[in-house]
Amino acid sequence: MRYLVRRFGFLLIALWGALTLNFFIPRLMPGNPAEAILGQFHGHINPNSLKAIEVALGIGKHQNLFVSYLEYLRNTMTGNFGVSFSQRIAVSTVISRALPWTLGLVGVSTVLGFVFGTVLGAVAAWRRGGWLDNVLPPSFIVISAFPYFWVGLLAVWLFSFTLNWLPYENGFNQIGSPQLGDILIHAILPSFTIVITSIGGWILTMRNNMITVVAEDYVKMARAKGLKPRRILWQYAGRNALLPNLTGFAMSLGFVISGAILVEDVFNYPGVGNLLLQAVNAEDYPLMQTLFLLITVAVLIAIFLSDIATAILDPRTRGGN
Amino acid sequence: MLARVTGSLAASWRFVRRDKKAFAGSLILFVLLLITAFPNWFTPDDPAAEIYPRGVGLSWAHPLGTTGFGQDVFSQLMAGTRQSVMIALVVGFFCTILSVVIGITAAYMGGIVDDTLSLMTDVILVIPTFPLVIVIAAYAKSASFWTIVTVLVITGWSYGARQLRVQALSLRNRDYLLAARARGESPWYIITVELIPPMTSLIVANFLGAALYAVLTAAGLQFIGLGNVNTESWGTMLYWAQNNDALQVGLPLWALTPGIMIALLGSALALLNYAFDEVSNPALRPVAKPRRVKAVA
Repeated sequence: MRYLVRRFGFLLIALWGALTLNFFIPRLMPGNPAEAILGQFHGHINPNSLKAIEVALGIGKHQNLFVSYLEYLRNTMTGNFGVSFSQRIAVSTVISRALPWTLGLVGVSTVLGFVFGTVLGAVAAWRRGGWLDNVLPPSFIVISAFPYFWVGLLAVWLFSFTLNWLPYENGFNQIGSPQLGDILIHAILPSFTIVITSIGGWILTMRNNMITVVAEDYVKMARAKGLKPRRILWQYAGRNALLPNLTGFAMSLGFVISGAILVEDVFNYPGVGNLLLQAVNAEDYPLMQTLFLLITVAVLIAIFLSDIATAILDPRTRGGN
Repeated sequence: MLARVTGSLAASWRFVRRDKKAFAGSLILFVLLLITAFPNWFTPDDPAAEIYPRGVGLSWAHPLGTTGFGQDVFSQLMAGTRQSVMIALVVGFFCTILSVVIGITAAYMGGIVDDTLSLMTDVILVIPTFPLVIVIAAYAKSASFWTIVTVLVITGWSYGARQLRVQALSLRNRDYLLAARARGESPWYIITVELIPPMTSLIVANFLGAALYAVLTAAGLQFIGLGNVNTESWGTMLYWAQNNDALQVGLPLWALTPGIMIALLGSALALLNYAFDEVSNPALRPVAKPRRVKAVA
């Protein structure tokens, strides 16, 4: 329990750190973009909209930095993110349309990559020196050095333009309302791209953990007792080798999400990554900043979930100390 | 001192010769460094000149065809090498310095300094870097070389700092360090002469990891047009190819070859990184095939 409380405390601190970064970046950049944006709009739009922009950027005209920082924190906490410059509706509305697409695509792909990678890594280490162990690590070292978006381009060229098998853009067929089967077909290529480029990390870490764990005495003991190899692999060695991989999940997740933003761009997928890039192109700062916060919060929550999973799997974290 | 340097050079050379991954990685990296140093040797044509027929495929005059603007793809690839390699080296260098300073300070000082630095490291580590990089680059408008480098260094040092801290902690109470302290050596001497040398392979691995991160992230930034789109780089080539629907109009060479170059540089760094990992953790080295011994009856 204490472990989880501590991890929750960390979650809050990291969140505060992200909020603070988000507040200070526009102010610390050379030329103070926040002021410049406000200047651009001054006199061109009605005072209400101007007020909305001030809220979004957290800059009041007659406030000092500290007061506007507090106001910015209050607005964020109460879900008041202001109005999108480019779409002229509440930022929260714009985002809520894109969010389910990303949660579905990136969520499922991340879990698939993690599960397959962990299983493959465990099996490769178990049969040390076997063909799987010889082929997998070097090939995935190479694949993980490919940019995610480029693997997406390659997939589009191969499966959409050359073979004509799968659609190359959008999340569903634009005619009529989205159908489930249609959504799945459109998700195949982007999802494949994310899985193939993220799986290598999981394979390598799991394999390396497993190699250390297999040499432990309790695994020898299990062998000596004559337990079935399959049972030793998953119940004894695998379970313990998984723990560092769960912690690694926390660190790698940000990387996967980052890659997914560009994958969404390549496939013109209607998710938040694509929305973020649109916001950048349209200089829609409130939308951009809120999306950065949203992605950060999502990553932090996923990390906290992996902490909970660690607490369940690892009895050591449950103790008093 | 000189003997020590030549000795360690000879040792690294033996290691590179013996280890297949390290050999492949070094070879690719060497060729790319050569192109970076002498781009004119490798670019038969002016990479920027839009003077050729547009959208030519494989041919003798243009080994990798031309772009939709009538530029020679091969020359562009060669000219773009410099920027990616420089970003990799410079970001790798500064990230490593930050990681070493922060990680080792935290481990060596302990107490409140360690707590503060570790917390800071962990927070930077979990904040997804690419969205952050995008936001910063968007405010900076068109990001120059040094803007990109600064942003990547700020976001890229934390992973290494964390790893180095853990290793420094495990070394901190070894006998030879306690002995140095008992002799009354200065902290500066202890850290630079006694603590850092045993960590060399991990530091090198961190340099390679940070360089890989820099190559991929910079390519991503340039691909979405947040770099300077008028300079020659692989990411910028991809940006122009994507914006002109190179794949749709049947110019896959234009759209795909820059990615292959990025992947080459990335793989070279990743392969070397992996090889250095095996140096610092002998358990990971490939096992020799057990020879079957004839049973003696």
